[in-house]
Amino acid sequence: MKALVVDDSRAMRKIIAGALRKLGYETVEAADGAEALAVLQAGPLPDLATVDWNMPVMDGLTFVTQVRANREYRALTIMMVTTEAEHGQIVRALAAGAHEYLIKPFTVDALEEKLGLLGLLPEGAGA
Amino acid sequence: MALTPAAFEWVCTLVRRESAIVLERGKEYLVESRLVPLARAAGAADVSAYVDGVRLRPDRRAQTAIVEALTTNETSWYRDGAPFQAFATSVVPALKQARASTRSLRIWSAACSTGQEPYSLAISLADSVVAEGWRAEIVATDLSTEVLEKAKAGRYSQLEVNRGLPAPLLVRHFTRVGTQWQVNDDIRRLVRFSQLNLTSPYTLLGQFDVVFLRNVLIYFDLQTKRDILTRVRRVLKPGGYLFLGGAETTLGVDDNWDREPVGRVSVHRPKNGGQ
Repeated sequence: MKALVVDDSRAMRKIIAGALRKLGYETVEAADGAEALAVLQAGPLPDLATVDWNMPVMDGLTFVTQVRANREYRALTIMMVTTEAEHGQIVRALAAGAHEYLIKPFTVDALEEKLGLLGLLPEGAGA
Repeated sequence: MALTPAAFEWVCTLVRRESAIVLERGKEYLVESRLVPLARAAGAADVSAYVDGVRLRPDRRAQTAIVEALTTNETSWYRDGAPFQAFATSVVPALKQARASTRSLRIWSAACSTGQEPYSLAISLADSVVAEGWRAEIVATDLSTEVLEKAKAGRYSQLEVNRGLPAPLLVRHFTRVGTQWQVNDDIRRLVRFSQLNLTSPYTLLGQFDVVFLRNVLIYFDLQTKRDILTRVRRVLKPGGYLFLGGAETTLGVDDNWDREPVGRVSVHRPKNGGQ
């Protein structure tokens, strides 16, 4: 399985991508929404995108909205991974088309459980 | 009995020395709930007695077990996933037919710890039978009064709600209060918490359609397991269901149960319908 990790923090991208690779994912990284869209356009479509909210150039919510406007990307599962933790923000992200929402800081177990909820835990990964 | 200040202090020092994790005052409930299984396994009267035992007779293995018990992560919502899926997609629909005349369900969460299990069940029922006008009650019990206080409050940190709780359910059934998340009143109303030692009588609890007794039996000896399972059968209504933990079984303990595969798990049902 393949995951696109979208976050403007290089350190955070390393943490998330590292955890996903341990679970058996191939990963590709993007530093903002616009870069992430370019990755999607170049193809092939990943199974999962983890998306930060606050990023320069194009923020996470705009990225989610643009992805959902394109039917070619409908198989992409999106999980927001962000420090934004207001009730209304989670509602907005889900309404825009994100499937899950993980609040930073998080543990690797929490990431794994969210992937389990999404049916995106690679076979043999986890407990 | 609540954890004594001296026992709490000793555990904090041990955990800080071995893991660099700092347990602050107010985390007594956490220490107690995590150490209850170790205390039971060691045959101690309660957690304080267990801690005193290890403190006075230093035992490297026991100290390691204490540190491990306290440094594992938070309890998950919908822990292990599959039992809750089986509950929502098979057991509740079957009970909807079987109990159509009473339109009422009672569930027992028999080792509810900090509340994630009973609230997960309450959310499942709120989104199914309760929305259709059924009466539902979840009785949630635990040995530890400290843990029950936390469970009753229904207030969880961000780290805690990150653990296995689907985001759509978080926004539907919780309200943000400061940096924490509060279970909404319509869900809390479905759950009644009370203190119970599983080795004491269950007669005051009433009868149940489903019992969740997960990851508890493993801490008891064979005779106590048999006694608990026999008494659980008596509080289960005819046609009721028992969920055990993934590593637990009635086989060779109390053979008056049938195992029935439901989805990816097995449920246990009293032989001949029970009672």
